[in-house]
Amino acid sequence: MALAARVLSPFRQTTGFARWILLAGIVLVTGFVILAVFAPWIAPFDFAQTRYADGTRFPKGAPPGGDFLMGTTSFGSYDVFSRVVWGSRTALQVVIISVVLSLLIGAPLGVISGFLGGALDRVLVLVMDALYAFPSLLLAIVFAFLLSDLFGGGVAAAGVALTVIYIPQYFRVVRNTTVSAREATYVEAARAMGAPKRTIITRYLFGNVVQSVPVIGTLNAADAIGTLAALGFLGIGIQPGEAAEWGYDLQRALADAGAGIWWTGVFPGLAIVLLVTGLTLVGEGLNETVNPTLRRRKLRPFTLPPRGAVAFEAGKGQVDL
Amino acid sequence: MPTKPEAPQTSPTSTDGLIDIEGLEVHFDLRGGTFKRLLGMDTGTVKAVDGVDISLRRGEVLGLVGESGSGKTTLGRAILGLVPSTKGSITYHEGRGRNGGDGVDRVVSELRGGDLRRLRTDLQMVFQDPHAALNPSMNIETAVGHPLKIHGIAKGAELKKLVAAALERVGLAPAEQFMSKFPPDLSGGQKQRAVIARAIILDPEVLVADEPVSMLDMSVRAKILQLMLDLKNDLGLTYVYITHDLASAKFFCDRVAIMYLGRIVEIGPTEEIFADPKHPYTKALLQAIPEPDPDKMVPRDLPRGEIPDAAQPPMGCSFHPRCPVAVAECGWETRDLRSLLEEHWLRQDPVVYEEEKELVGDLDVLDEPGKTVTLGKGQSSSRVKDLLDRIRAENADDPLWKGVESVEEAADGVRVTFHQGYDPLLRPSGGVEVACVLHPTAVTTEPSLPG
Amino acid sequence: MTIEETGPSPANTSSDLVLSVRDLRVWYGTERGAVRAVDGVSFDLRKGEILGLVGESGCGKSTLGRGLLGLLPTGAAIDGELSFLGEDLLAMPKKEMFAKRGVELGMIFQEPLTRLNPLMRISEHFSETLRQHEKGISKEEIERRSLEVLSVMGIPPTRFRSYPHEFSGGMRQRLMIALALVLRPAFVVADEPTTALDVLVEAQIIRILHDLRRDFETSLLLITHNLGIIAEACDRVAVMYAGEIVEIGDARDVFRDPQHPYTRELLRSTISLSTTGLNFIPGAPPDLVDPPPACRFHPRCPDAMNICATRHPVQRQMPSGSRAECWAADLRHGYADDLTDEDTRPLAREEISIADEA
Repeated sequence: MALAARVLSPFRQTTGFARWILLAGIVLVTGFVILAVFAPWIAPFDFAQTRYADGTRFPKGAPPGGDFLMGTTSFGSYDVFSRVVWGSRTALQVVIISVVLSLLIGAPLGVISGFLGGALDRVLVLVMDALYAFPSLLLAIVFAFLLSDLFGGGVAAAGVALTVIYIPQYFRVVRNTTVSAREATYVEAARAMGAPKRTIITRYLFGNVVQSVPVIGTLNAADAIGTLAALGFLGIGIQPGEAAEWGYDLQRALADAGAGIWWTGVFPGLAIVLLVTGLTLVGEGLNETVNPTLRRRKLRPFTLPPRGAVAFEAGKGQVDL
Repeated sequence: MPTKPEAPQTSPTSTDGLIDIEGLEVHFDLRGGTFKRLLGMDTGTVKAVDGVDISLRRGEVLGLVGESGSGKTTLGRAILGLVPSTKGSITYHEGRGRNGGDGVDRVVSELRGGDLRRLRTDLQMVFQDPHAALNPSMNIETAVGHPLKIHGIAKGAELKKLVAAALERVGLAPAEQFMSKFPPDLSGGQKQRAVIARAIILDPEVLVADEPVSMLDMSVRAKILQLMLDLKNDLGLTYVYITHDLASAKFFCDRVAIMYLGRIVEIGPTEEIFADPKHPYTKALLQAIPEPDPDKMVPRDLPRGEIPDAAQPPMGCSFHPRCPVAVAECGWETRDLRSLLEEHWLRQDPVVYEEEKELVGDLDVLDEPGKTVTLGKGQSSSRVKDLLDRIRAENADDPLWKGVESVEEAADGVRVTFHQGYDPLLRPSGGVEVACVLHPTAVTTEPSLPG
Repeated sequence: MTIEETGPSPANTSSDLVLSVRDLRVWYGTERGAVRAVDGVSFDLRKGEILGLVGESGCGKSTLGRGLLGLLPTGAAIDGELSFLGEDLLAMPKKEMFAKRGVELGMIFQEPLTRLNPLMRISEHFSETLRQHEKGISKEEIERRSLEVLSVMGIPPTRFRSYPHEFSGGMRQRLMIALALVLRPAFVVADEPTTALDVLVEAQIIRILHDLRRDFETSLLLITHNLGIIAEACDRVAVMYAGEIVEIGDARDVFRDPQHPYTRELLRSTISLSTTGLNFIPGAPPDLVDPPPACRFHPRCPDAMNICATRHPVQRQMPSGSRAECWAADLRHGYADDLTDEDTRPLAREEISIADEA
């Protein structure tokens, strides 16, 4: 109970701007989460469905209206709305896998490397910096190719492909925080207690160096959505038969633009933009909230009582200076 | 608040050496500038502890007193094995019957890994900053009980009982009230009590206290010091009390060691040191302490200058550049000449300063420690000599001149040569041990080497 | 070096006054409400006088020091009378205040390294300071004045072109003082200037500060928690507790015959070379958001009476020469005749436990 209060206290203290962007972000993201979780109930059709239950084909390239809230595609006559909804599920699944995996690998590595130092640290920093310097999209493409042989073209493959490009970020931030935290007195106290290295890493360092992780996580998630869409746009990553993917839809919608068919591109595009924005807002809002230096406290307004009142109550002012 | 009765100072029951330190040196490598590191050049070492021999007696409170750079903090940590020793040895004579042991001697400076960690049940530490010494993500119960858990001594309900007992012992009662709290919920004094509780919960023999009260308010310091005294008597502890505050050392310690630049310069029973300080540094420290009594103003001759760079300590006796009573053998060298010139120029008109500076030439030659130096290269050597004579006439009592062997006009300038200097070791002198050529007189030791 | 005879000259004209403070209040906002950091403080400061402001952590002394210079925390409100050389500082527009700072109002902080630009030489620091406030000053003049003030501080001219990191801690603090003084401000606030320094260096700096009045005629407000420094260097001392000045007077008078129980207990708790027993004040300084009613020290005061918890004591000039606000002191000197027996009965309080300790 006390712990919950302590965790929530920075949130209660935020004011104005930080709070609003955090809320706005949470609303957006929650919207997509609902779409993703309840997709089977919200989406009228399956993502690869092109016919009604009775076998009639959907109209091709039909504008929004009637059964098709967002129209149908001109290739394969899919329901755009359903694909957007199912696409949310894909996006969130992939992003969760990649963020969680990269976090689980990057953060502990960062703590261990930062604490132990030495040759291990130097090698890891070198490797991570090299990875980080690589353009993330290229890296994602490479891994997507490599992994498509192993995992096939589904969500899992895409998730793992995106993992590697985010590991360095967690590693760097956590490692740097660890390097300064390991000089802290309480860490020295832990050594003075006789704590073995693994205890110091897990009980004394870990909890105290991961404050930045949630912020990085959300910002990575935003980036992952974009990268996933890019992969889909390029035709790599998720294969159309496996799941709905907004990027792929966008690529398919390119040809429609010239023909005046706007709904096949705009809706998936909007979905990408909104989800990325939502995640970014959450990330920035968290940053303002959790980072004590940025946090602008909610100050309770007050007024100074007039001088006379105070002096009377205090009995002051009867003085020979 | 009525005066508390003075805590009976239990004198050490025996002269058993509990911890023997011999020839201890702790060196740190300097990181140096990027350029130097790139070129792989030697970046220098700091001898934080530069040859310390001392014996910690069972049951005593030994004070390590000094300013920054004195090495007292490093020495304290070396005793616990928290920093590796470069030379020398630290031997811990464990008491008989402790932990089922048979009084075995363990050389702390050579222990590593698991053996060193097991030593922690006997040697513990209290830190200076109570706000930083507790893990922010552990509550008090976990934090204070953690040593027991780490060493597998207790767990579960048994652990909780021991934690409660320790908390009550340090005055954090009722214990339940404090167990679930986190560090930010406690005040400075309360945190320090928790730190002490954590230190004593393993039932150690020795407690190294590193400035335990210097970050607390005045009105709270006495409480914590009193607590530490009570614990010492109740639990039979031996303390090493590290501080820069001589006043609290006088009250708290049985023996005091004054440290300067990695060495002990004076050590002896508290009463002796304070009643009759021998080393000029000790005298200076005592005079410098501001007394809260405007009537007790005594004229003070403060030593000039500041603590020198530990990476390149002065030749001979490290204190000689600042010592008001230094003599010829104290290790005078070229850098002292530079200080002399700079002090002289403090009093000069800027125009005169510029002229004289020209005359003396390149000042950087004076930064290399050595016993001879040539000034005023390329200038009229008689004028340079005149300048030196003038400076000497201004203040003939400056101890530096005692150290000057000769000032000669030479072909390339004026050569100044200093006397051979000595690096004094601790020697007994009237109840204490002092490292100063003045005490007792007429005993000299090995000459010091430059650099 | 002995302390000169202090005390105001008989003709204590107001032209001698550098600073005049009446009922100054500085409150600032937090999540829990307003912190009454400075809650009705009054004192005067004369030319060339050194006033020590002593108190423990959280008493508001730093806020007061900064408030006098207009350096207030965010969300702060200041009220009262504050006049500097006859000018009302509270009514002054920010721009004017800004111009005054450095020139007429100086500040010396605790940690000198953080206040010096590591990329600028000392000479550049000085030239920046001087140029900002005296446009068109010549290079030679800058050098002359800088070297002059540096020599007073004991920094040799050979170091004029060095960088801050090439100086030791004590020299840096002297540098800070030199920079603060080069424009000859009439009033300087020194906030714990020696807390981070070693004992011997501290003594040197205190001597420098003590000599300021002789060399520069500067009035100094010396903020510290160290009573020894106050005794050494200050003419007068103000003891601060929970946002109020509980006692103020000549240093000699206050130390010899403290009127307020807090002053007395603080002196008793100070561990000095002559300490023979350990004394402390139970409990902790109060929360400035909701301080105790009436006399703020009453929960911890050994002399507390019933009246102390109901009516705030009145500031009075005591026979010893100092000014204090305390019912017990009033009683001792026969001032508060209107107090009943009930009023003067000792206050019944709960035992202060460690749980409330500082």
